[in-house]
Amino acid sequence: MKDPSGPPGPSRRSFWRSPIRGPWLTSVLGLLLLLSIPVMFATGLLSYAAYNPDLSPLNDTTPDKGPLGFYLFSWPTHPYWLYRLTQGVHVTLGLALVPIVLFKMWSVLPKLFEWPPLRSFAHALERLSLFLVVGGAGFEFATGILNIQTWYPFPASFYTLHFYGAWVFIAGLVVHVTVKFPVMIRALRSRGFIAEMRTNLAHTRPEPPDAGYLAPVAPAAPTISRRGVLAFAGAGSALVALLSVGQSLGGVFRQTALLAPHDQPVTGADAGTVGDFQVNNTARNARISVVETGEKWRLSVGTDDQGGQAPALLSRADLLRMEQHTASLPIACVEGWSTDNQTWTGVRLRDLAALSGVASPSSVLVRSLQASGGFNRAVLSGTQIMDPDSLLALRVNGADLSLDHGYPARVIVPNNPGVHNTKWVSSLTFRS
Amino acid sequence: MRWFKRWYGANPLHLLAMFGCVTLTGYAGGALLQVKPVEVLIWFIAAVVGHDLVLFPLYVLADRSVTTVFRHRPPNLPAVPWINYLRVPTALSGMLLLIWFPLIFRIPSHFPRTTDLSLNPYLGHWLAVTGVLFLLSAAAFAVRLRPGHRGRGTAGHRRPTASQMVIPPERAAPAAQAQPARPWPEPPSRPPWTEPTDHPPWPDARRPR
Repeated sequence: MKDPSGPPGPSRRSFWRSPIRGPWLTSVLGLLLLLSIPVMFATGLLSYAAYNPDLSPLNDTTPDKGPLGFYLFSWPTHPYWLYRLTQGVHVTLGLALVPIVLFKMWSVLPKLFEWPPLRSFAHALERLSLFLVVGGAGFEFATGILNIQTWYPFPASFYTLHFYGAWVFIAGLVVHVTVKFPVMIRALRSRGFIAEMRTNLAHTRPEPPDAGYLAPVAPAAPTISRRGVLAFAGAGSALVALLSVGQSLGGVFRQTALLAPHDQPVTGADAGTVGDFQVNNTARNARISVVETGEKWRLSVGTDDQGGQAPALLSRADLLRMEQHTASLPIACVEGWSTDNQTWTGVRLRDLAALSGVASPSSVLVRSLQASGGFNRAVLSGTQIMDPDSLLALRVNGADLSLDHGYPARVIVPNNPGVHNTKWVSSLTFRS
Repeated sequence: MRWFKRWYGANPLHLLAMFGCVTLTGYAGGALLQVKPVEVLIWFIAAVVGHDLVLFPLYVLADRSVTTVFRHRPPNLPAVPWINYLRVPTALSGMLLLIWFPLIFRIPSHFPRTTDLSLNPYLGHWLAVTGVLFLLSAAAFAVRLRPGHRGRGTAGHRRPTASQMVIPPERAAPAAQAQPARPWPEPPSRPPWTEPTDHPPWPDARRPR
């Protein structure tokens, strides 16, 4: 490979002096991403399925998905910790990949200025796919990372951007991997990994220039070895993960999450009580007043069958007189944080379905007192209603629910995304 | 097939993969651009150039500035390579800032109202983590500097034993082996990958320039 006679500057290979930049280093970083990004994609797709978007338009944050929803299935209730795991992995792994992505981008930077910019049709299409890979990655990381900090400066709904953005990214990535996989394997074989891990700075040599475009033709003296760079990137990943994973692991680990949104002990009314666990929608935020949750509150339990009986109106005392069940379940948020198992007590959803006259319901529409805002309504599937641990909870950890946890009554369903465990429930409408 | 390769520049499988990519992108991209297409496109393009044209120049500038400033140090200081003891804590701290800047800089958001948690602790947490990173790095550097440390005063670590010198250029670069004395415009001297491995080909950082 000759130094192309591009215009002076970054289009010439001699412009790039790093002695450790080269196909081998890029391929190691690429391999790490090749192993991790499918996990990110799969857990992301699972998170979409967890909302049961096919059940009702109300559950579907991206109704124009069309064939992109090909894989959807009815979200199971067991194992009850599955969503806590998949979404914790999605968010923590995503954060930990930021340093790897940055190092990878650094390692391939000369390619941005490659000369001539377009060699053939194939090359032009390939560069277009790179536009999708790099843009898609930046877009997905940016929207995801900002969303978990509940800052939404982006132009449309997070769900729309993150879901369709992921497909654009993957479209580019499949092409990129198809084209580059043989190149990666060849580069990985060009140097022994273990040998490289034993090579210190004094013995670090550049990859030969004909190893590939990324290898330097005019290397400067090295200031760091290849193993040093990999340790550097790995340390970055480990640090980011260590400082955030506690918000998903919970327990004592929450205190280790020094840089993660849900790393603090709860403040406000629940602090120091049995309701001392994280929330993501306070009563104040949902504009829930004490009046509407007080003595006046009634739960409407009915069916959507117009010719059927009028909905039953139940007070909290009525509900407490019904058969009570207890289930130990976590709250797991799409933002990746979760709580330990909490002990919920209340009426089984299937008992309320029977009360409405629907013995084998296909779904239930749950409405909240919250007048506006996302997820003030959700539709649960028949599987979710019939699970013996699916409750309309009235108490948690031995005390009445606090207002922030959904007093007077909230839904809690095993393996359900947090936003679908509707709080301040005002009505349940079953469908047979 | 050869005419295809000449016309297109790659084999037909490449074109097939491209068709799949373009179809999927067309569909998903169309849905992505349904609301505020211009703004979304700006975000996407910003994501493309964000690293290469913004972050990269910033960290190269920082790295070069530090190297230039510290080059003029008193001559009696030991010549342990020091740059990574600055680079690593700075970069790790910078990555944490890049990820968590909305919390650290307390950018007004829904966060306090929806979670009842405070935005106050994050700046302190970040500064504390940064402090610990620099402290650890300084401690590691101090260990490196202590009298009698074998790595002291050399450009690298201790010399490897023969069995550890595992990257002879002949093995690392089979292609280079085939044509060992290729002419190369720059650098004018012998390219470093052709040199023997038992002494560093690059000048010691301390050598007067």
